[in-house]
Amino acid sequence: MVPDESIPPVRSLEPRRSAAELRRSATVESRTGYARRMPTDMDATFLALPMRALGDAALQRAQELSVQHADFRLERIRSQHISLRDGRLEGTHDGEDVGFGVRVVHEGTWGFAAAVDLTTDEAVRAVEQAVEIARTAHDMSPQRIDLADEPVYPNRTWTSAYRIDPFTVTEADKIQVMADYSRRVLDHPRVDHVTAHLGQVLEGKYYADTSGTVTTQQRVRLHPVVEALAVDTAGGGFETMRTLAAPAGRGWEYVTGSDGVVHWDAVLEELPELLTEKLAAPSVEPGEYDLVIDPTNLWLTIHESIGHATELDRALGYEANYAGTSFATPDKLGNLNYGSPLMHVTADRIAPHGLATIGFDDEGVEAQRWDIVRDGILVGYQLDRQMARMMADTLDTSRSNGCAYADSPGHVAVQRMANVSLQPADGGPSTAELIEQLDRGIYIVGDKSWSIDMQRYNFQFTGQRFHRIENGQLAGQLKDVAYQATTTDFWRSMAAVGGPQTYVLSGAFNCGKGQPGQVAPVSHGCPAALFRQVRILNTAAEGGR
Amino acid sequence: MTAPMTPQQIVERCLELSKADGCVVLVDESHSANLRWANNTLTTNGVMRSRSVTVVSTIADGSGTASGVVARSAVTPETLESLVRASEETARHNGPAEDARPLVEGTAASGWDQPSGETSVGVFGSLSPALGEAFARASREGRRSYGYVEHSVATTYLGSSTGLRLRHEQPTGHITITAKSADLQRSAWVGQASRDVSQVDVTALDAELVRRLGWAKRIVELPAGHYDTVLPPSAVADLMIYLYWTMSARDAHDGRTVFSKPGQGTRVGERLSARAVSLWSDPAAAGVQCAPIVVAHASSAEHSVFDNGLPVRRTAWIADGTLRALLQTRHSAEVTGLDATPPIDNLGLTVDGSAGSVDDLVSGVDRGLLLTCLWYIREVDPQTLLLTGLTRDGVYRIEDGEVSGAVNNFRFNESPVALLDRIGAAGGTSPAFSREWGDYFPRTAMPPLRVPDFNMSSVSPAS
Repeated sequence: MVPDESIPPVRSLEPRRSAAELRRSATVESRTGYARRMPTDMDATFLALPMRALGDAALQRAQELSVQHADFRLERIRSQHISLRDGRLEGTHDGEDVGFGVRVVHEGTWGFAAAVDLTTDEAVRAVEQAVEIARTAHDMSPQRIDLADEPVYPNRTWTSAYRIDPFTVTEADKIQVMADYSRRVLDHPRVDHVTAHLGQVLEGKYYADTSGTVTTQQRVRLHPVVEALAVDTAGGGFETMRTLAAPAGRGWEYVTGSDGVVHWDAVLEELPELLTEKLAAPSVEPGEYDLVIDPTNLWLTIHESIGHATELDRALGYEANYAGTSFATPDKLGNLNYGSPLMHVTADRIAPHGLATIGFDDEGVEAQRWDIVRDGILVGYQLDRQMARMMADTLDTSRSNGCAYADSPGHVAVQRMANVSLQPADGGPSTAELIEQLDRGIYIVGDKSWSIDMQRYNFQFTGQRFHRIENGQLAGQLKDVAYQATTTDFWRSMAAVGGPQTYVLSGAFNCGKGQPGQVAPVSHGCPAALFRQVRILNTAAEGGR
Repeated sequence: MTAPMTPQQIVERCLELSKADGCVVLVDESHSANLRWANNTLTTNGVMRSRSVTVVSTIADGSGTASGVVARSAVTPETLESLVRASEETARHNGPAEDARPLVEGTAASGWDQPSGETSVGVFGSLSPALGEAFARASREGRRSYGYVEHSVATTYLGSSTGLRLRHEQPTGHITITAKSADLQRSAWVGQASRDVSQVDVTALDAELVRRLGWAKRIVELPAGHYDTVLPPSAVADLMIYLYWTMSARDAHDGRTVFSKPGQGTRVGERLSARAVSLWSDPAAAGVQCAPIVVAHASSAEHSVFDNGLPVRRTAWIADGTLRALLQTRHSAEVTGLDATPPIDNLGLTVDGSAGSVDDLVSGVDRGLLLTCLWYIREVDPQTLLLTGLTRDGVYRIEDGEVSGAVNNFRFNESPVALLDRIGAAGGTSPAFSREWGDYFPRTAMPPLRVPDFNMSSVSPAS
């Protein structure tokens, strides 16, 4: 929504994954089994950047200046965004952000400086600037910085799982595919307009620190979206509906469908029909309803009400002036009844195709998986090395779980979200079996609008589609629906959790946090789930329509 | 190592290399410095510099004119040619652009030769000691301070094959501070934008926070409902920026926004408010000055790379309560049959004949609410532009024209468009900083507004 360079809004879901894939993500506890590819798999033009020379120069200068810790991070972020309107190209932007940042702990105080010219002189100058700002900050920083220990990884490489790097495909080919998808939807007589977006990122990252860790990593992500608009000229209203294919850590094969993850033919064929039905649907009667929430909607509720609430920096107040704090404070660890006993939430940086998946974080900490909520009780947080050390007694661990991330070479690493996921119930019901349990309710599919308060209590979400449930069956769509609840009330009302066959990994490119603002990609997996007596609003009535 | 090129040299070299029919080069250089703190201690800080070179190539054939846009950050004399060629290659394959128009013509403007503006951590020279004192005072008096101050100078160089050589230097800065009582039950916020952060009076901001935490010594629980509500300029900016971002003419013409007349184009010319309300942008407006030209790094519904360098001037989007203009490219202006009024990087709201401060509005309220700012604002229903969001860091009870205590937070569901027609009273317009959007859109001038029936949909337990 920022004028100039419009970014496609946070959107979308991915269809069902294969059972084999699901088992992998549900059982892998460490990075073992992951492709640890050789650097030859990495983009040669990235590896040709003078990262080692600059890193060595920077860390040497840092040591001369008597820092306790220094890390050097050089990144190249390729990004491309393509937008189409009614099957015609509206705009493209092909960008590349290269640069480096140096972070030091000097006399117990942080300092950070970033630069873009890839010369050793600039690297040395950045270190000197980082130390200078640490000195400026020193008197205003009574707290001394100390980092949790982490094993040293002298020369490690990691690449994400994908087949075709989208930056090896011509822009013309990409436009052609998205134009074809658009026209198929636009051909339907009830569809008035179609917009389509394709976002793609190739992230190359080199990290080196004064303890001796050196990592080189590469990952790919992309997000294709097609949205249809139908205008009711007579009635004066309009409705939109979009594809639910989630942003994913996958390659170009995901956009063409050749990997079998998204069945684009079916998706594009049903979209106009679903939209037509929605435009003609009755407006919802507000009140309390039992809900079956599809993973294509529930992931965003998890993101907002669990993911952000269990970021320890928020719980400690570091985001109090911006993103906010959390009701789930450290004194509640091990005793907060977050939700029903069916609730098992994990965090990880290892799920295949996850948007927060990485080999090592931006403090040289190896990727892990851990519990956030077990049997409905709060049991874990997302950490970086500073917080892990500071809160070691409370957390009963002395190691970071690897959640430091900077969105660009020019920004300092802050604690960012892992893939926070609700685990399915072993042998649990299908979505249809969940729906069968309800005499009267609503089945909610796809995310749309989202909002939650700064302490992560009160939330309100809408969706792409709302299907009325009557006597265990779907009975047509409703419109103007929003659900509103308080986090713990909502999760305590979870009465049934779907089985692994309902599990879907969704996510977003643009989770925002920090000052200066940073965006991070993150995925959330979840099954379908059943919630009792949730407040439903009629959004038309709320808006006086 | 080769010596870094100046922005002007980069522009000229790219234009020399260009073999396209038309070429626009944008060089964006930015210097910034920031300090962040929490719990009365600094947490992170940084100084950053960045540079980005964007090349727009346009190539015409019998069927029309295509554009190709490629941007790179780390450029050297050796890599410029590949950047220009990549942009041409993209244009050659993209096919005719719908928004194609002749590139803007012109000459070198004064100031073109100037180097890019800079800032550094030194800009906090006078502010840092005051902050340190504020932290010490807060610790002594049992408060916690959380905040952020940033200063940046972004310089844009725009050169084109049609002769344009334009330079714009944009200083931007802001400070925001949240103060909480030791038990975290009371919270207050202040925020202020400033082109020159050395002018910020931290001690005065701190005193305002102390005053607000004092108001919250008495906390009253109130239920959801419609309240007579005073929105300070910051909260008005939170709502009006979103309205502005929704003013795409092309989207309205398609039928997908609150400014659409379904099947019949846009609502331009329609009265939105019975009040003499004006929503405007003006690159020359005091305190919120911004670029007097179009700068477009990609084409979209409301930006066209072909329009780069087009002059912009004061535009009334809403005048005297009537919708007058929408965000346009030259292309969308033809599609909609309206004036070509491109987006401008600031926004103001004025209510004719209104003057006075927040305190003046409060003094006229018998029983109502005074807000501080809004948060997590998202669009619920595009048909009415119904927005949801929350109050944050200070909702105060007004009784008999005075603040009598603090109130719990609320979730609201309100449309800024509908709200313009329900203004009960307004104050004078002054520079305001939006809590929700200020880091993207810092240049706003807003009045405080009194709305007699603001819709608080439910209670938020956040404190």
